[in-house]
Amino acid sequence: MANLTIPRMIMSGLSRLSLRRGAERLFVVAGLAIILAFVFMAILAPVIAPYDPNKTGVGRLYESPNPRFPMGTDRLGRDILSRVIWGSRIVLIVTLSSMALSSICGVILGLISGYVGGKLDTVLSLFMDSLYAFPGLILAIALAVMLGQGIMPVIVSLTVVYVPIYFRMIRGEVLSVKESLFVEAARAVGANGRTLIFKYIFPNVIPSIPIVLSLNAADAVLTLAALSFLGLGLPAHIPDWGFDLRMGYGALTAKIWWPGTFPGLMIVLLTLGFSLFGEGLAEILNPKLSRR
Amino acid sequence: MGSAMPIIRVVNLKKYFPVQQSFLERLLSRRIDYIRAVDGVSFEIEKGEVFSIAGESGCGKTTTGRLVARLIDPTEGRIYFGEREITSLKGEDLRRLRRHIQIIFQNPYASLNPRMKIGDNVGHPLEIHGLAYGEERRRLVMEMLERVGLQPASKFYNAYPHELSGGQRQRVAVARAMILKPDFIVADEPISMIDVSLRARILELMIQLKEELNLTYLFITHDLAVAKYISDRIAIMYLGKIVEMGSKEAIFSDPKHPYTEALLSAIPIPNPRVKRKRVELKGEVPSPINPPPGCIFHTRCPLAMDICQREEPELVEIEDGHLVSCHLIK
Amino acid sequence: MSQLLKIEGLSVHYYTEDGIVRAVDKVDFLMNRGETIGLVGESGSGKSTFGLAILRLVPPPGRIVGGKIIFDGTELTSLDEREMQKIRGRRISMVFQDPTTSLDPLMKVGDHLVETIMAHENVTREEAKERALKMLEQVGIRPERFGDYPHQFSGGMRQRVGIALALALNPDLVIADEPTSSLDVIVQFQILDLMKRLKELYDMGMILVTHDISIVPGIADRIALMYAGQLIELADVNSFFDEPLHPYGKALLESVPNIQFSDQKLKYILGNPPDLINPPRGCRFSPRCPYATERCRREEPPMINVGSDRLVKCFRY
Repeated sequence: MANLTIPRMIMSGLSRLSLRRGAERLFVVAGLAIILAFVFMAILAPVIAPYDPNKTGVGRLYESPNPRFPMGTDRLGRDILSRVIWGSRIVLIVTLSSMALSSICGVILGLISGYVGGKLDTVLSLFMDSLYAFPGLILAIALAVMLGQGIMPVIVSLTVVYVPIYFRMIRGEVLSVKESLFVEAARAVGANGRTLIFKYIFPNVIPSIPIVLSLNAADAVLTLAALSFLGLGLPAHIPDWGFDLRMGYGALTAKIWWPGTFPGLMIVLLTLGFSLFGEGLAEILNPKLSRR
Repeated sequence: MGSAMPIIRVVNLKKYFPVQQSFLERLLSRRIDYIRAVDGVSFEIEKGEVFSIAGESGCGKTTTGRLVARLIDPTEGRIYFGEREITSLKGEDLRRLRRHIQIIFQNPYASLNPRMKIGDNVGHPLEIHGLAYGEERRRLVMEMLERVGLQPASKFYNAYPHELSGGQRQRVAVARAMILKPDFIVADEPISMIDVSLRARILELMIQLKEELNLTYLFITHDLAVAKYISDRIAIMYLGKIVEMGSKEAIFSDPKHPYTEALLSAIPIPNPRVKRKRVELKGEVPSPINPPPGCIFHTRCPLAMDICQREEPELVEIEDGHLVSCHLIK
Repeated sequence: MSQLLKIEGLSVHYYTEDGIVRAVDKVDFLMNRGETIGLVGESGSGKSTFGLAILRLVPPPGRIVGGKIIFDGTELTSLDEREMQKIRGRRISMVFQDPTTSLDPLMKVGDHLVETIMAHENVTREEAKERALKMLEQVGIRPERFGDYPHQFSGGMRQRVGIALALALNPDLVIADEPTSSLDVIVQFQILDLMKRLKELYDMGMILVTHDISIVPGIADRIALMYAGQLIELADVNSFFDEPLHPYGKALLESVPNIQFSDQKLKYILGNPPDLINPPRGCRFSPRCPYATERCRREEPPMINVGSDRLVKCFRY
């Protein structure tokens, strides 16, 4: 299934360190700070990147980190710092779009399926469960291969991988909220189906979404990196951490650590940012959720 | 009985729930078992009275309440609201009926929308029925909040349910039920989940509102002491049927059915000096899936006779307004 | 000595995210062998916590923060967990409110009894089984049901099993925490009756923790009333119900429907249940007490002995 385990492992390790209330707020703030840092990095890329990320030979090949190239250069003499900065763009674009799409699709389908029930629900659930049963990465790879190269296909395959998660979660919540007493009370007061869904069920189902969004984003960053690492999906001319990681990996045997490490570090940092934000949010929202 | 038409009339009401079966069971056996939650119940409620249905858990009183409030459909039988038959109302007609019949639920911790402010929880019915919006709606809600003792109303208006105690939440539920100024209210164990010292407050509130708004109550409870306190008439239910029904005085001073006697003798009394005659009941409540033949109570009745095993007794009126379902009365 | 339980200054606090909940606050208490105490209080009064504290079973984030519990000469508060385990079930046992969760669903009822007996006493399995069967008979369960699982019993029957478990080792003290709250009134009557018979048969002390004051007269010798974590009145049952002294007890009795009366006028207590994180200053009932004076709001009243072993925590006496 879509792999949320790595962000979760990081987070459970971290949360075991801090049990007091202050920690969640720290997580949320820290996570948000990291995410925003990357967002700014992406937006301001043309301004802050010292070199054209695709221009080969701006420096010597495999120059180690120095004042002119703080992160060194890669096998084609390109500035790694600039590639890292520009790389944030594609990651954020792909991650955020696929998250947005998959959450919207998953939530809407989950709402309808859960509320209406019956055959529609049975069919949709079966379909979603089959998708969910695939290890996320394998599914992403399969889809990427099928859809071919390009940004859109990558976004689509990532979207498809995560829709079942939202679907299942929202559907589950709808099913339980649907049976709760206050929904019955609303029905007893004369509310119709539409009112019930939008004013009673949906608001009670929403709180769980932001958390899953962040954790999905964390996972998506990793999945995208994996796809690029395997050379799938993204076209070559777009600076991309996963691909650079792949290229840098080969140089490790020669003790040339910088082409792989910096992109790798960025992947980890961004994942961490989303995870911190998501888990911190989960802790903060949970007491409110359970104190009903 | 009064000469006016009763506000609620229930005739031979039944509700059977199919027992959950696994896929395999359904495949292998054609027979479906039913839980006979309500098994042929008939009564009338006069306008302005408090009619209680009392009994132990599983007797069918809650299901009866929900049937009368039309939250669920009956398997058989008819329900009348005034002159109108409401048994199979659906859709828009049913929604319009809700203006006149309201329900107060047992669990104050679950009956309010946790994501809506108190003011919206109480005011939403007004919007649903197109009775008041905006400023007018707010005014009516504030009035209602004050009336149920949630003051200052403005503070409670903007609060969320989780900020209130159980007793306060139940008062919100009462406010919500009353805001449409209905004619008839089904109160399903409204105080059983409230602290003991606060129950009287809710009961008092319900009694006052009954007078002010000219209401009629169907009060469902397992606590006969409460039933004695608040009711005009009481029906005792056992295993889906009414075994005895009558005025409060008749039931408590002159119970005729052995089950009623047993029930009354078991009610705890906060007085160490009183001597009680204890009625022993054998065994346990039988399963509602396979109720005993004949009189449903005969398996536990200390006075059971031969005929009780074979023939089901009818609910007959033995004196004015006092009905019993038992072969002993002959 | 006939003094079974002596509690001095017991305090139990829960350390929650919202603050420190003073669930039990400096409670003194005395109980003799063979006595039955009705420990009455509403939710948040601390009665359940008190019961759990005696067995040192207070769940985290709760902790006993002060005081002594002296049981038959032994100071329980100073024992370690291993020594406590020898006491639990054997000398002090507990009957829980919800028999569904306190019985292991995967263990046959008879086996559960046998295991309990064998855990504390040096007997063979056959002997333990014999005792278990006898115990089941005592609580009104037919011996054929020895091999049944908890889910095969009704709520009332499960509670009988719970009682059998609690009594199996003939303890000196049984703490029954709301044993009949989840039961219907006829079954409740039968269970209370059973408990009364058995405690007399085995000469046990019992603390019956309940929110329902009406069940106390049938079974208890004395009543202990709790409010906001404090013991506010201790009296024998007859004196209390004849004339409750503490305003809270008085108000409580006036708010409970009594079927003996035809035209009762129920009264209710104004205000809200007390906040245990920030309890009211002075007397904790003062914000809601119709007799409260300035002194009540400033000073906490001591426990006053009004004669014949009757104690009230109120300035009016």
